[in-house]
Amino acid sequence: MIEFFQAVMDPDNQFLAYALMMGGLASIAFGIIGTFVTIKRISYLAGAISHSVFGGIGLALYLQIGLGITWFDPILGAVLAAVGSALVVGLVSIHAKEREDTIIGALWAVGMACGILFIDRTPGYFSLSSYLFGDILLISQKDLWFVIGLDLVIVGVVVIFFNQFFGVCFDTEFTLLRGINTTFFYLFLLVLTALTVVLLVRIVGIVLVIALLTIPPAIAGFYARRLWQMMLYSVLLCAVFTWTGLGISYSLSLSSGPTIIVLSGIVYLVLLALNKLVFK
Amino acid sequence: METDIRLKNVSFAYKKQPILENISLIIPRKEFACIVGPNGGGKTTLLKLILGLIKPDTGQIQVLGMSPEKARNRMGYMPQYAYLDMNFPATVLDVVLMGCLKNNVFWFSAKDRSRAMDAIDTVGMTSFAQTGFNALSGGQKQRVLIARALCSRPDILLLDEPTANVDHETEENLFSILKALNQNMTILVVSHDLGFVSKYVKTVICVNRRLVIHPTTDVDGTMIKDIYYGDLKMVRHDHRCSEEGHCHD
Repeated sequence: MIEFFQAVMDPDNQFLAYALMMGGLASIAFGIIGTFVTIKRISYLAGAISHSVFGGIGLALYLQIGLGITWFDPILGAVLAAVGSALVVGLVSIHAKEREDTIIGALWAVGMACGILFIDRTPGYFSLSSYLFGDILLISQKDLWFVIGLDLVIVGVVVIFFNQFFGVCFDTEFTLLRGINTTFFYLFLLVLTALTVVLLVRIVGIVLVIALLTIPPAIAGFYARRLWQMMLYSVLLCAVFTWTGLGISYSLSLSSGPTIIVLSGIVYLVLLALNKLVFK
Repeated sequence: METDIRLKNVSFAYKKQPILENISLIIPRKEFACIVGPNGGGKTTLLKLILGLIKPDTGQIQVLGMSPEKARNRMGYMPQYAYLDMNFPATVLDVVLMGCLKNNVFWFSAKDRSRAMDAIDTVGMTSFAQTGFNALSGGQKQRVLIARALCSRPDILLLDEPTANVDHETEENLFSILKALNQNMTILVVSHDLGFVSKYVKTVICVNRRLVIHPTTDVDGTMIKDIYYGDLKMVRHDHRCSEEGHCHD
Protein backbone atom coordinates (compact mmCIF):
# COMPACT_ATOMS: atom_id res chain seq x y z
CA MET A 1 0.00 0.00 0.00
CA ILE A 2 2.89 2.37 0.78
CA GLU A 3 4.13 2.28 -2.81
CA PHE A 4 0.62 3.23 -3.86
CA PHE A 5 0.75 6.44 -1.83
CA GLN A 6 4.23 7.18 -3.19
CA ALA A 7 2.91 6.58 -6.72
CA VAL A 8 -0.01 8.98 -6.15
CA MET A 9 2.40 11.70 -5.00
CA ASP A 10 4.59 11.25 -8.08
CA PRO A 11 3.70 13.99 -10.60
CA ASP A 12 4.37 11.54 -13.46
CA ASN A 13 1.41 9.47 -12.33
CA GLN A 14 -1.26 12.05 -12.92
CA PHE A 15 -3.65 9.28 -14.00
CA LEU A 16 -3.66 7.96 -10.43
CA ALA A 17 -4.58 11.36 -9.00
CA TYR A 18 -7.37 11.59 -11.59
CA ALA A 19 -8.58 8.12 -10.68
CA LEU A 20 -8.76 9.01 -6.98
CA MET A 21 -10.59 12.26 -7.70
CA MET A 22 -12.94 10.44 -10.01
CA GLY A 23 -13.65 7.80 -7.37
CA GLY A 24 -14.49 10.42 -4.77
CA LEU A 25 -16.59 12.63 -7.03
CA ALA A 26 -18.43 9.73 -8.64
CA SER A 27 -19.33 8.33 -5.22
CA ILE A 28 -21.65 11.29 -4.68
CA ALA A 29 -23.74 10.34 -7.72
CA PHE A 30 -23.50 6.60 -7.02
CA GLY A 31 -24.50 6.84 -3.37
CA ILE A 32 -27.55 9.02 -4.02
CA ILE A 33 -28.83 7.25 -7.13
CA GLY A 34 -27.87 3.83 -5.77
CA THR A 35 -30.04 4.49 -2.71
CA PHE A 36 -33.04 5.19 -4.94
CA VAL A 37 -32.32 2.13 -7.09
CA THR A 38 -32.12 -0.05 -3.98
CA ILE A 39 -35.23 1.19 -2.16
CA LYS A 40 -37.31 1.33 -5.34
CA ARG A 41 -36.01 -2.17 -6.19
CA ILE A 42 -35.12 -1.29 -9.75
CA SER A 43 -31.60 -2.72 -9.87
CA TYR A 44 -32.87 -4.99 -12.64
CA LEU A 45 -33.86 -1.90 -14.65
CA ALA A 46 -30.44 -0.38 -13.96
CA GLY A 47 -28.87 -3.61 -15.28
CA ALA A 48 -30.88 -3.40 -18.51
CA ILE A 49 -29.91 0.26 -18.92
CA SER A 50 -26.22 -0.48 -18.39
CA HIS A 51 -26.18 -3.28 -20.96
CA SER A 52 -27.91 -1.16 -23.56
CA VAL A 53 -25.17 1.42 -22.99
CA PHE A 54 -22.93 -1.06 -24.77
CA GLY A 55 -25.21 -0.84 -27.81
CA GLY A 56 -24.75 2.93 -27.79
CA ILE A 57 -20.98 2.68 -27.48
CA GLY A 58 -20.89 0.19 -30.37
CA LEU A 59 -23.06 2.46 -32.52
CA ALA A 60 -20.85 5.46 -31.75
CA LEU A 61 -17.64 3.58 -32.61
CA TYR A 62 -19.22 2.41 -35.86
CA LEU A 63 -20.35 5.94 -36.81
CA GLN A 64 -17.08 7.51 -35.74
CA ILE A 65 -14.59 5.07 -37.24
CA GLY A 66 -16.68 3.11 -39.74
CA LEU A 67 -18.54 6.03 -41.30
CA GLY A 68 -16.17 8.87 -40.36
CA ILE A 69 -18.67 10.93 -38.34
CA THR A 70 -15.94 12.15 -36.01
CA TRP A 71 -18.07 14.18 -33.56
CA PHE A 72 -20.07 11.12 -32.55
CA ASP A 73 -18.10 10.27 -29.41
CA PRO A 74 -18.61 6.91 -27.64
CA ILE A 75 -19.67 8.85 -24.55
CA LEU A 76 -22.40 10.58 -26.60
CA GLY A 77 -23.55 7.18 -27.87
CA ALA A 78 -23.52 5.86 -24.30
CA VAL A 79 -25.57 8.79 -22.96
CA LEU A 80 -28.14 8.56 -25.78
CA ALA A 81 -28.50 4.79 -25.38
CA ALA A 82 -28.76 5.06 -21.61
CA VAL A 83 -31.41 7.78 -21.60
CA GLY A 84 -33.34 6.15 -24.45
CA SER A 85 -33.38 2.74 -22.78
CA ALA A 86 -34.26 4.32 -19.41
CA LEU A 87 -37.40 5.83 -20.93
CA VAL A 88 -38.34 2.58 -22.73
CA VAL A 89 -37.67 0.44 -19.66
CA GLY A 90 -39.58 2.90 -17.45
CA LEU A 91 -42.65 2.95 -19.68
CA VAL A 92 -42.54 -0.84 -19.96
CA SER A 93 -42.42 -1.20 -16.17
CA ILE A 94 -45.38 1.16 -15.79
CA HIS A 95 -47.59 -0.32 -18.51
CA ALA A 96 -46.67 -3.98 -19.03
CA LYS A 97 -47.26 -5.20 -15.50
CA GLU A 98 -47.23 -8.98 -15.97
CA ARG A 99 -44.65 -9.15 -18.73
CA GLU A 100 -42.29 -6.59 -17.21
CA ASP A 101 -39.35 -8.87 -16.45
CA THR A 102 -39.55 -10.65 -19.82
CA ILE A 103 -39.51 -7.40 -21.82
CA ILE A 104 -36.72 -5.90 -19.74
CA GLY A 105 -34.69 -9.09 -20.02
CA ALA A 106 -35.07 -8.94 -23.81
CA LEU A 107 -33.96 -5.27 -23.93
CA TRP A 108 -30.98 -6.15 -21.77
CA ALA A 109 -29.69 -8.82 -24.15
CA VAL A 110 -30.61 -7.03 -27.38
CA GLY A 111 -28.77 -3.87 -26.27
CA MET A 112 -25.64 -5.86 -25.58
CA ALA A 113 -25.89 -7.83 -28.84
CA CYS A 114 -26.34 -4.66 -30.94
CA GLY A 115 -23.13 -3.28 -29.47
CA ILE A 116 -21.17 -6.37 -30.49
CA LEU A 117 -22.65 -6.36 -34.02
CA PHE A 118 -21.75 -2.67 -34.52
CA ILE A 119 -18.21 -3.36 -33.34
CA ASP A 120 -18.00 -6.32 -35.77
CA ARG A 121 -18.80 -3.88 -38.59
CA THR A 122 -16.24 -1.30 -37.37
CA PRO A 123 -12.72 -1.58 -38.84
CA GLY A 124 -9.89 -2.01 -36.34
CA TYR A 125 -9.49 -3.96 -33.11
CA PHE A 126 -11.14 -2.91 -29.84
CA SER A 127 -10.41 -4.23 -26.43
CA LEU A 128 -13.86 -4.89 -25.05
CA SER A 129 -12.67 -5.57 -21.55
CA SER A 130 -12.37 -1.90 -20.52
CA TYR A 131 -16.05 -1.40 -21.47
CA LEU A 132 -17.16 -4.63 -19.82
CA PHE A 133 -15.14 -4.37 -16.62
CA GLY A 134 -14.14 -0.70 -16.54
CA ASP A 135 -10.79 0.97 -16.09
CA ILE A 136 -10.65 3.89 -13.73
CA LEU A 137 -7.00 4.47 -14.69
CA LEU A 138 -8.05 5.58 -18.19
CA ILE A 139 -9.98 8.56 -16.79
CA SER A 140 -9.32 11.85 -18.54
CA GLN A 141 -9.85 15.46 -17.46
CA LYS A 142 -13.00 15.56 -19.63
CA ASP A 143 -14.48 12.70 -17.57
CA LEU A 144 -13.82 14.67 -14.40
CA TRP A 145 -15.81 17.63 -15.73
CA PHE A 146 -18.61 15.26 -16.70
CA VAL A 147 -18.80 13.80 -13.21
CA ILE A 148 -18.68 17.22 -11.52
CA GLY A 149 -21.55 18.35 -13.74
CA LEU A 150 -23.55 15.21 -13.01
CA ASP A 151 -22.96 15.55 -9.24
CA LEU A 152 -24.26 19.12 -9.32
CA VAL A 153 -27.36 18.10 -11.29
CA ILE A 154 -28.12 15.11 -9.04
CA VAL A 155 -27.58 16.90 -5.75
CA GLY A 156 -29.61 19.91 -6.96
CA VAL A 157 -32.50 17.84 -8.26
CA VAL A 158 -32.63 15.60 -5.19
CA VAL A 159 -32.54 18.54 -2.77
CA ILE A 160 -35.41 20.26 -4.61
CA PHE A 161 -37.58 17.19 -5.24
CA PHE A 162 -36.62 15.07 -2.23
CA ASN A 163 -40.19 14.68 -0.96
CA GLN A 164 -41.56 13.84 -4.39
CA PHE A 165 -38.93 11.15 -4.94
CA PHE A 166 -39.52 9.85 -1.41
CA GLY A 167 -43.22 9.52 -2.18
CA VAL A 168 -42.70 7.83 -5.54
CA CYS A 169 -40.31 5.29 -4.01
CA PHE A 170 -42.29 4.53 -0.86
CA ASP A 171 -45.89 4.56 -2.09
CA THR A 172 -46.52 5.60 -5.71
CA GLU A 173 -50.29 5.25 -5.56
CA PHE A 174 -50.69 7.47 -2.50
CA THR A 175 -48.30 10.05 -3.97
CA LEU A 176 -50.36 10.12 -7.17
CA LEU A 177 -53.48 10.77 -5.07
CA ARG A 178 -51.73 13.79 -3.54
CA GLY A 179 -51.61 15.33 -7.01
CA ILE A 180 -47.96 14.53 -7.82
CA ASN A 181 -47.13 13.48 -11.38
CA THR A 182 -45.62 10.15 -10.35
CA THR A 183 -44.92 8.96 -13.91
CA PHE A 184 -42.82 12.06 -14.55
CA PHE A 185 -40.81 11.66 -11.34
CA TYR A 186 -40.32 7.93 -11.91
CA LEU A 187 -38.99 8.51 -15.44
CA PHE A 188 -36.91 11.43 -14.18
CA LEU A 189 -35.34 9.11 -11.62
CA LEU A 190 -34.61 6.54 -14.32
CA VAL A 191 -32.96 9.17 -16.55
CA LEU A 192 -30.72 10.23 -13.64
CA THR A 193 -29.98 6.54 -13.07
CA ALA A 194 -29.07 6.21 -16.75
CA LEU A 195 -26.59 9.11 -16.61
CA THR A 196 -25.05 7.68 -13.44
CA VAL A 197 -24.76 4.28 -15.10
CA VAL A 198 -22.80 5.82 -17.99
CA LEU A 199 -20.39 7.20 -15.44
CA LEU A 200 -20.19 3.87 -13.64
CA VAL A 201 -19.37 2.09 -16.88
CA ARG A 202 -16.17 4.16 -17.10
CA ILE A 203 -15.15 3.02 -13.63
CA VAL A 204 -16.36 -0.54 -13.09
CA GLY A 205 -17.73 -1.46 -16.53
CA ILE A 206 -21.08 -2.63 -17.85
CA VAL A 207 -21.13 -6.02 -16.19
CA LEU A 208 -20.28 -4.80 -12.70
CA VAL A 209 -22.46 -1.68 -12.61
CA ILE A 210 -25.27 -3.16 -10.56
CA ALA A 211 -22.93 -4.21 -7.77
CA LEU A 212 -21.49 -0.75 -7.12
CA LEU A 213 -24.92 0.81 -7.44
CA THR A 214 -26.56 -1.50 -4.89
CA ILE A 215 -23.93 -2.78 -2.43
CA PRO A 216 -23.10 0.54 -0.67
CA PRO A 217 -26.82 1.39 -0.17
CA ALA A 218 -27.49 -2.17 0.97
CA ILE A 219 -24.87 -1.76 3.71
CA ALA A 220 -26.09 1.77 4.49
CA GLY A 221 -29.60 0.32 4.87
CA PHE A 222 -28.44 -1.68 7.91
CA TYR A 223 -27.70 1.50 9.83
CA ALA A 224 -29.81 4.32 8.34
CA ARG A 225 -33.18 5.19 9.84
CA ARG A 226 -34.05 7.90 7.33
CA LEU A 227 -33.67 8.21 3.59
CA TRP A 228 -31.14 11.06 3.59
CA GLN A 229 -28.98 9.18 6.11
CA MET A 230 -28.96 6.16 3.81
CA MET A 231 -27.77 8.39 0.96
CA LEU A 232 -25.01 9.95 3.05
CA TYR A 233 -23.72 6.60 4.31
CA SER A 234 -23.84 5.18 0.77
CA VAL A 235 -21.76 8.05 -0.61
CA LEU A 236 -19.12 7.56 2.10
CA LEU A 237 -19.04 3.78 1.71
CA CYS A 238 -18.80 4.05 -2.05
CA ALA A 239 -15.82 6.43 -1.79
CA VAL A 240 -14.07 4.16 0.71
CA PHE A 241 -14.59 1.10 -1.51
CA THR A 242 -13.38 2.85 -4.66
CA TRP A 243 -10.28 4.32 -3.02
CA THR A 244 -9.34 1.17 -1.14
CA GLY A 245 -10.07 -1.02 -4.15
CA LEU A 246 -7.93 1.21 -6.32
CA GLY A 247 -5.05 1.02 -3.84
CA ILE A 248 -5.26 -2.77 -3.63
CA SER A 249 -5.52 -3.22 -7.39
CA TYR A 250 -2.51 -0.97 -7.97
CA SER A 251 -0.38 -2.69 -5.33
CA LEU A 252 -1.27 -6.20 -6.51
CA SER A 253 -1.47 -5.41 -10.27
CA LEU A 254 -5.13 -6.41 -10.51
CA SER A 255 -7.96 -4.96 -12.62
CA SER A 256 -9.42 -1.99 -10.74
CA GLY A 257 -13.17 -2.57 -11.43
CA PRO A 258 -13.35 -6.18 -10.24
CA THR A 259 -11.14 -5.39 -7.22
CA ILE A 260 -13.55 -2.64 -6.11
CA ILE A 261 -16.53 -4.95 -6.56
CA VAL A 262 -15.00 -7.95 -4.77
CA LEU A 263 -13.94 -5.73 -1.87
CA SER A 264 -17.41 -4.20 -1.45
CA GLY A 265 -19.05 -7.59 -1.92
CA ILE A 266 -16.95 -9.17 0.85
CA VAL A 267 -17.64 -6.31 3.26
CA TYR A 268 -21.38 -6.56 2.50
CA LEU A 269 -21.54 -10.31 3.03
CA VAL A 270 -19.56 -10.14 6.26
CA LEU A 271 -21.80 -7.38 7.64
CA LEU A 272 -24.91 -9.23 6.48
CA ALA A 273 -23.78 -12.36 8.30
CA LEU A 274 -22.91 -10.35 11.44
CA ASN A 275 -26.31 -8.67 11.36
CA LYS A 276 -28.10 -11.99 11.04
CA LEU A 277 -26.11 -13.43 13.95
CA VAL A 278 -26.41 -10.44 16.25
CA PHE A 279 -30.01 -9.38 15.59
CA LYS A 280 -31.68 -12.74 15.21
CA MET B 1 -78.88 15.57 3.51
CA GLU B 2 -75.80 16.39 1.43
CA THR B 3 -74.32 13.70 -0.76
CA ASP B 4 -70.58 13.07 -0.65
CA ILE B 5 -70.23 10.19 -3.09
CA ARG B 6 -72.60 9.36 -5.93
CA LEU B 7 -72.23 6.49 -8.39
CA LYS B 8 -74.76 6.08 -11.20
CA ASN B 9 -74.98 2.88 -13.28
CA VAL B 10 -71.25 2.27 -13.01
CA SER B 11 -69.72 -0.78 -14.67
CA PHE B 12 -66.09 -1.81 -14.79
CA ALA B 13 -64.44 -4.78 -16.49
CA TYR B 14 -60.83 -5.95 -16.37
CA LYS B 15 -59.67 -7.86 -19.46
CA LYS B 16 -63.31 -8.38 -20.47
CA GLN B 17 -64.10 -9.95 -17.07
CA PRO B 18 -66.88 -7.89 -15.48
CA ILE B 19 -65.80 -6.82 -11.98
CA LEU B 20 -68.64 -4.44 -11.21
CA GLU B 21 -71.97 -4.33 -13.03
CA ASN B 22 -74.40 -1.45 -13.04
CA ILE B 23 -73.59 -0.10 -9.60
CA SER B 24 -75.55 2.83 -8.22
CA LEU B 25 -74.71 4.17 -4.81
CA ILE B 26 -75.25 7.29 -2.74
CA ILE B 27 -73.18 8.01 0.35
CA PRO B 28 -74.40 10.99 2.38
CA ARG B 29 -72.17 13.31 4.40
CA LYS B 30 -70.81 11.92 7.68
CA GLU B 31 -71.83 8.41 6.78
CA PHE B 32 -69.81 5.55 8.26
CA ALA B 33 -70.15 2.85 5.63
CA CYS B 34 -68.41 -0.44 5.17
CA ILE B 35 -67.90 -2.20 1.85
CA VAL B 36 -67.89 -5.95 2.35
CA GLY B 37 -67.82 -8.90 -0.01
CA PRO B 38 -65.80 -11.96 -1.00
CA ASN B 39 -62.27 -11.79 -2.40
CA GLY B 40 -62.37 -10.73 -6.03
CA GLY B 41 -65.87 -9.36 -5.54
CA GLY B 42 -64.82 -5.82 -6.51
CA LYS B 43 -64.40 -4.08 -3.13
CA THR B 44 -61.01 -2.54 -3.84
CA THR B 45 -62.07 -1.78 -7.43
CA LEU B 46 -64.99 0.23 -6.08
CA LEU B 47 -62.62 2.18 -3.83
CA LYS B 48 -60.24 2.86 -6.71
CA LEU B 49 -63.11 4.09 -8.87
CA ILE B 50 -64.11 6.55 -6.14
CA LEU B 51 -60.49 7.73 -5.87
CA GLY B 52 -60.29 8.12 -9.65
CA LEU B 53 -57.33 5.71 -9.90
CA ILE B 54 -59.30 3.83 -12.55
CA LYS B 55 -62.10 5.01 -14.81
CA PRO B 56 -65.47 3.27 -15.16
CA ASP B 57 -66.35 1.73 -18.54
CA THR B 58 -69.87 3.14 -18.27
CA GLY B 59 -71.73 5.32 -15.78
CA GLN B 60 -70.83 8.41 -13.76
CA ILE B 61 -69.02 8.98 -10.48
CA GLN B 62 -69.17 12.20 -8.50
CA VAL B 63 -67.34 12.94 -5.28
CA LEU B 64 -68.27 16.13 -3.40
CA GLY B 65 -70.02 17.23 -6.59
CA MET B 66 -66.80 16.95 -8.63
CA SER B 67 -65.01 14.35 -10.71
CA PRO B 68 -62.98 11.94 -8.54
CA GLU B 69 -59.68 13.40 -9.86
CA LYS B 70 -60.66 16.91 -8.79
CA ALA B 71 -61.92 15.74 -5.40
CA ARG B 72 -58.73 13.79 -4.64
CA ASN B 73 -57.12 16.37 -2.40
CA ARG B 74 -60.21 16.33 -0.20
CA MET B 75 -60.08 12.57 0.25
CA GLY B 76 -57.75 10.79 2.65
CA TYR B 77 -56.74 7.28 1.63
CA MET B 78 -55.31 4.46 3.70
CA PRO B 79 -54.05 1.59 1.53
CA GLN B 80 -53.25 -1.89 2.78
CA TYR B 81 -49.78 -1.71 4.27
CA ALA B 82 -48.81 -5.21 3.16
CA TYR B 83 -47.53 -4.00 -0.20
CA LEU B 84 -45.28 -1.30 1.24
CA ASP B 85 -41.55 -1.99 1.42
CA MET B 86 -40.77 -3.09 4.95
CA ASN B 87 -37.11 -2.06 4.71
CA PHE B 88 -37.76 1.51 3.64
CA PRO B 89 -35.73 3.95 5.76
CA ALA B 90 -38.32 6.37 7.15
CA THR B 91 -39.55 7.54 10.53
CA VAL B 92 -43.23 7.72 11.47
CA LEU B 93 -43.13 11.48 10.93
CA ASP B 94 -41.58 11.03 7.46
CA VAL B 95 -44.40 8.70 6.46
CA VAL B 96 -47.17 10.89 7.86
CA LEU B 97 -45.73 14.01 6.18
CA MET B 98 -46.40 12.33 2.82
CA GLY B 99 -50.02 13.23 3.46
CA CYS B 100 -48.96 16.90 3.15
CA LEU B 101 -47.43 16.43 -0.32
CA LYS B 102 -48.73 18.99 -2.80
CA ASN B 103 -48.14 19.54 -6.47
CA ASN B 104 -45.53 22.27 -7.17
CA VAL B 105 -44.61 22.61 -3.50
CA PHE B 106 -41.16 21.25 -2.76
CA TRP B 107 -40.47 21.45 0.95
CA PHE B 108 -42.66 20.85 3.97
CA SER B 109 -43.51 23.97 5.95
CA ALA B 110 -43.71 24.35 9.72
CA LYS B 111 -47.50 24.25 9.28
CA ASP B 112 -47.23 20.89 7.48
CA ARG B 113 -45.15 19.55 10.36
CA SER B 114 -47.61 20.69 13.00
CA ARG B 115 -50.49 19.18 11.00
CA ALA B 116 -48.58 15.91 10.77
CA MET B 117 -47.93 15.94 14.53
CA ASP B 118 -51.63 16.63 15.14
CA ALA B 119 -52.57 13.68 12.96
CA ILE B 120 -50.06 11.45 14.78
CA ASP B 121 -51.58 12.62 18.06
CA THR B 122 -55.10 11.79 16.85
CA VAL B 123 -54.14 8.14 16.38
CA GLY B 124 -52.25 8.08 19.70
CA MET B 125 -48.75 7.60 18.26
CA THR B 126 -47.07 10.81 19.49
CA SER B 127 -44.34 9.02 21.40
CA PHE B 128 -43.40 7.10 18.22
CA ALA B 129 -43.00 10.13 15.90
CA GLN B 130 -39.24 9.64 15.52
CA THR B 131 -39.37 5.82 15.52
CA GLY B 132 -38.56 3.93 12.35
CA PHE B 133 -41.76 2.93 10.52
CA ASN B 134 -40.41 -0.59 10.05
CA ALA B 135 -39.94 -1.12 13.77
CA LEU B 136 -43.71 -0.84 14.38
CA SER B 137 -46.22 -3.65 14.79
CA GLY B 138 -48.95 -4.23 12.22
CA GLY B 139 -51.58 -2.34 14.18
CA GLN B 140 -49.24 0.60 14.79
CA LYS B 141 -48.45 0.76 11.07
CA GLN B 142 -52.18 0.90 10.31
CA ARG B 143 -52.55 3.80 12.74
CA VAL B 144 -49.65 5.66 11.14
CA LEU B 145 -51.23 5.19 7.72
CA ILE B 146 -54.52 6.55 9.07
CA ALA B 147 -52.58 9.56 10.38
CA ARG B 148 -51.05 10.03 6.92
CA ALA B 149 -54.56 10.02 5.41
CA LEU B 150 -55.67 12.60 8.02
CA CYS B 151 -52.73 14.92 7.43
CA SER B 152 -54.44 16.80 4.60
CA ARG B 153 -57.61 17.30 6.71
CA PRO B 154 -59.88 15.42 4.29
CA ASP B 155 -63.69 15.50 4.09
CA ILE B 156 -63.82 11.82 3.21
CA LEU B 157 -61.67 9.04 4.64
CA LEU B 158 -61.29 5.84 2.62
CA LEU B 159 -59.64 2.80 4.22
CA ASP B 160 -58.73 -0.45 2.51
CA GLU B 161 -58.81 -3.40 4.92
CA PRO B 162 -57.67 -1.48 8.00
CA THR B 163 -58.16 -4.59 10.11
CA ALA B 164 -56.19 -7.03 7.98
CA ASN B 165 -53.52 -8.90 9.99
CA VAL B 166 -54.20 -7.22 13.32
CA ASP B 167 -55.48 -8.80 16.52
CA HIS B 168 -58.91 -8.22 17.99
CA GLU B 169 -57.83 -5.63 20.54
CA THR B 170 -56.00 -3.57 17.91
CA GLU B 171 -59.08 -3.78 15.72
CA GLU B 172 -61.23 -2.37 18.53
CA ASN B 173 -58.74 0.40 19.03
CA LEU B 174 -58.62 1.31 15.33
CA PHE B 175 -62.38 1.47 15.06
CA SER B 176 -62.79 3.59 18.15
CA ILE B 177 -60.40 6.08 16.52
CA LEU B 178 -62.51 5.95 13.34
CA LYS B 179 -65.70 6.38 15.34
CA ALA B 180 -64.33 9.60 16.84
CA LEU B 181 -63.22 10.84 13.42
CA ASN B 182 -66.66 10.15 12.03
CA GLN B 183 -67.92 13.22 13.95
CA ASN B 184 -66.25 15.39 11.31
CA MET B 185 -65.88 13.29 8.18
CA THR B 186 -67.44 10.67 5.99
CA ILE B 187 -65.79 7.29 6.40
CA LEU B 188 -65.76 4.41 3.95
CA VAL B 189 -64.05 1.19 4.99
CA VAL B 190 -63.36 -1.90 2.91
CA SER B 191 -63.43 -5.09 4.91
CA HIS B 192 -63.82 -8.80 4.50
CA ASP B 193 -64.78 -8.95 8.18
CA LEU B 194 -68.54 -8.50 8.20
CA GLY B 195 -69.34 -9.49 11.75
CA PHE B 196 -67.04 -7.11 13.56
CA VAL B 197 -67.49 -4.00 11.49
CA SER B 198 -71.24 -4.09 11.82
CA LYS B 199 -70.85 -3.05 15.44
CA TYR B 200 -69.67 0.43 14.43
CA VAL B 201 -70.83 1.25 10.94
CA LYS B 202 -74.14 2.79 9.97
CA THR B 203 -74.43 1.17 6.56
CA VAL B 204 -73.07 -1.99 4.98
CA ILE B 205 -72.47 -2.05 1.24
CA CYS B 206 -72.23 -5.58 -0.05
CA VAL B 207 -70.30 -5.98 -3.27
CA ASN B 208 -69.98 -9.06 -5.37
CA ARG B 209 -70.06 -7.75 -8.91
CA ARG B 210 -73.47 -6.34 -8.06
CA LEU B 211 -74.24 -4.21 -5.05
CA VAL B 212 -76.70 -4.39 -2.17
CA ILE B 213 -76.99 -1.81 0.58
CA HIS B 214 -78.14 -2.70 4.08
CA PRO B 215 -78.56 -0.64 7.20
CA THR B 216 -76.45 -2.39 9.85
CA THR B 217 -79.38 -3.56 11.93
CA ASP B 218 -80.38 -5.84 9.07
CA VAL B 219 -77.21 -7.91 9.11
CA ASP B 220 -78.34 -11.52 9.33
CA GLY B 221 -77.74 -14.92 7.79
CA THR B 222 -79.85 -14.36 4.67
CA MET B 223 -77.86 -11.35 3.66
CA ILE B 224 -74.55 -13.18 4.06
CA LYS B 225 -76.01 -16.01 2.03
CA ASP B 226 -77.05 -13.60 -0.75
CA ILE B 227 -73.49 -12.44 -1.14
CA TYR B 228 -71.39 -15.50 -0.35
CA TYR B 229 -73.81 -18.05 -1.89
CA GLY B 230 -73.53 -20.35 1.09
CA ASP B 231 -74.68 -20.87 4.64
CA LEU B 232 -72.31 -19.62 7.27
CA LYS B 233 -72.23 -19.97 11.01
CA MET B 234 -71.64 -17.05 13.25
CA VAL B 235 -68.76 -17.44 15.70
CA ARG B 236 -69.31 -15.94 19.12
CA HIS B 237 -66.14 -14.61 20.70
CA ASP B 238 -67.76 -13.22 23.81
CA HIS B 239 -67.78 -16.37 25.92
CA ARG B 240 -65.23 -18.98 26.84
CA CYS B 241 -65.45 -22.66 26.06
CA SER B 242 -63.30 -25.68 26.83
CA GLU B 243 -60.20 -26.44 24.80
CA GLU B 244 -61.97 -29.27 22.96
CA GLY B 245 -64.70 -26.86 21.95
CA HIS B 246 -68.41 -27.58 22.27
CA CYS B 247 -71.50 -27.46 20.15
CA HIS B 248 -74.91 -26.00 20.74
CA ASP B 249 -77.03 -28.73 19.10
